[in-house]
Amino acid sequence: MDASALGTFLQYLINGLALGAIYGLIAIGYTMVYGIIRMINFAHGEIYMIGAFVAVTTFSILAAAGVTSVPLALLLVLVMAIAFTAAYGWTVERVAYRPLRGAPKLAPLISAIGMSILLQNYVMQTQGARPKPLAPVMNGGVTLWQGDGFAVNVSYIQLFIILLTVALMVGFTQLINRTALGRAQRACEQDRTMAGLLGINVDRTISLTFVMGAALAAVAGVLVTMYYGVIDFYIGFLAGMKAFTAAVLGGIGSLPGAMLGGLLIGLIEAFFTGYVSGAYKDVASFSVLILVLVFRPTGLMGRPDIEKV
Amino acid sequence: MAITIQHHLKGSIIGGLIAMVLAVPFIGLYTVSTDQGLVVQTRWSWVVWSGVMVLVGSLAVALLRDVLSARRAGRPNRAAGTKPKRDDALTAKLSKGFAIGITLFAITLPFMPFSDRYIMDVGTTVLIFVLLGMGLNVTVGLAGLLDLGFVAFYAIGAYSFAILSTTLGWGFWVCLPLSGLIAALFGALLSMPILRLRGDYLAIVTLGFGEITRIIILNWQSFTGGPAGISGIPRPSLFGLSFDRRPPEGLTSFHEVTGISFATEHRLMFLYLIALSLVLAAAWVIKRLRALPIGRAWEALREDEIACRSLGINPVASKVSAYAVGGMLGGFAGCFFAARQGFVSPESFTFMESALILAIVVLGGLGSQIGVVIAALFIVLLPEVGREFADFRMIVFGIAMIAIMVWRPGGLLSQRIPTIRLSSIKGEAA
Repeated sequence: MDASALGTFLQYLINGLALGAIYGLIAIGYTMVYGIIRMINFAHGEIYMIGAFVAVTTFSILAAAGVTSVPLALLLVLVMAIAFTAAYGWTVERVAYRPLRGAPKLAPLISAIGMSILLQNYVMQTQGARPKPLAPVMNGGVTLWQGDGFAVNVSYIQLFIILLTVALMVGFTQLINRTALGRAQRACEQDRTMAGLLGINVDRTISLTFVMGAALAAVAGVLVTMYYGVIDFYIGFLAGMKAFTAAVLGGIGSLPGAMLGGLLIGLIEAFFTGYVSGAYKDVASFSVLILVLVFRPTGLMGRPDIEKV
Repeated sequence: MAITIQHHLKGSIIGGLIAMVLAVPFIGLYTVSTDQGLVVQTRWSWVVWSGVMVLVGSLAVALLRDVLSARRAGRPNRAAGTKPKRDDALTAKLSKGFAIGITLFAITLPFMPFSDRYIMDVGTTVLIFVLLGMGLNVTVGLAGLLDLGFVAFYAIGAYSFAILSTTLGWGFWVCLPLSGLIAALFGALLSMPILRLRGDYLAIVTLGFGEITRIIILNWQSFTGGPAGISGIPRPSLFGLSFDRRPPEGLTSFHEVTGISFATEHRLMFLYLIALSLVLAAAWVIKRLRALPIGRAWEALREDEIACRSLGINPVASKVSAYAVGGMLGGFAGCFFAARQGFVSPESFTFMESALILAIVVLGGLGSQIGVVIAALFIVLLPEVGREFADFRMIVFGIAMIAIMVWRPGGLLSQRIPTIRLSSIKGEAA
């Protein structure tokens, strides 16, 4: 492999990692909700879209208010997006899923599809159907490697995405493994009735799971807004589907699996777009998913379900 | 009573306040694109109104539920908390009566004095969705295999007819069974890799299959026409009689032969009647299939796969055939859709369609054919009726989907009547 081919490869790798980090953040929301109440939260992609919209609005307010410091602006945007998106996540669970606990399996799925239609059209009506372009927040980047005729660049945004995702993942793993909330969450995942009998407030734990998932989706929304610089009310659908694929690929219910799945989907997309064809990149992701599931029906890191008779 | 009202009021006020908070970033603030980039504008009064609306709405719902549950408690057989006795015979009689009634209504509808082009058009759309719902009902409702990519079979059926008719010049009646066969073949092929998967893994793979189909159609320009789609698909004919004013070469037109003066309504009526006969045929076939060993195997598989294996039912054959039969009905629906529109493009086959078809099956009550009809009427007619709300109809539609699920989680017709029952147990139950 000559130097320029290696350079191209590295560039795709970096692009794929940044994209995969975003998918991974969304996928965690799917996987946590699935782990605790065994349902596919189809409205999760919409939650991410809401995070992106709050980010755009906050960025615009800050620009109008004359805030020029990038770190301050970023902090404020993240806080606002997380706060409002978490509130939406909580409300979605309270309105559409909690009344359906113990209902037949498909009922929450349809309710989630209804919620997804509702949120999409709500945002379209209130914010307009046209895409929202945002002036770039972070410019520039670092050139990692320069050869004749090629350069491997990492933009500051890509760096920010990857670092923030790593930090969030470390923090989040600690939260799940070390804190009382994490313990309650894992207990509910194993046996909700028993956890309830032992004094864990199951409803509250489930609500908090939705809030945490929504908060991570909000971060993904902020990052995507900064990365692509344009969003519309429809972005939640495709991103949600990819993230869901990532969650299943990694083994639904497993947190490291969700992150791994997200990274894999991001890398497959980046490499397939780079080397083969951009039009068929989603076909590639789904084909890999189907192949993995044929050989490992519970995903890469999922635990096999034990069938009881 | 005063205490409960106070309790409801408190809950509703909290709900209203939460709604106001949620409304701030979307209803209170909105961004407008200008030359200087995005500019934020405000409409705070709307925030207050949305809070008030949620407050009033949730109070009304809470009070209504109180009234309803009080009335239910008044009934003697429910007061003790016992489940009302299921009267399967009565339910069966009622649903049979309803089935006959709605069939008669559907057959006579085109000849009614009030029926016009609009009614025929909407009626045909309802029938297409009924047919799709019946197809998906075989996979999801009878065999219990979740399918989120059903639109793929619809698309395959539509494109089969579109491509066969525009390249080979074959007519609707030749292509209809072919489209069904091709879709069934794809259904069987799809089911091969997923035999080991269950539940939600199945959901994502079928979703992936639906998306793969759409993306291939979108990008395979030379074969499918890409995003532009395929136009100039011939319309169905009645034993060689065309319904056009100037029939294509080699065909005579319906109005020339029968002497009835030409009217486009006749073509719409004809399409409606084709759709209706397809639906009736499908309903009859599924009803008969349910009584055959294969149909019983599907239902047994849905209830308990392990028990099925232990009893020697072949799960592979059952699953493959369920996907094939479901896919075939989807293929018929697609072929008819292409013939009716005269034009197909990938836009008609998005995930949203799959979600709507699944919603029809679940809203109607899994496995219930009458349920499919009622739910299809609801899904197609609600956005039509809501045209006056124009922009807000999809919001209302989403709310209605959630509300129905919360109200009746098992679907509108959730009572499931076993297809067969041992006679000795029948005696005990009565």
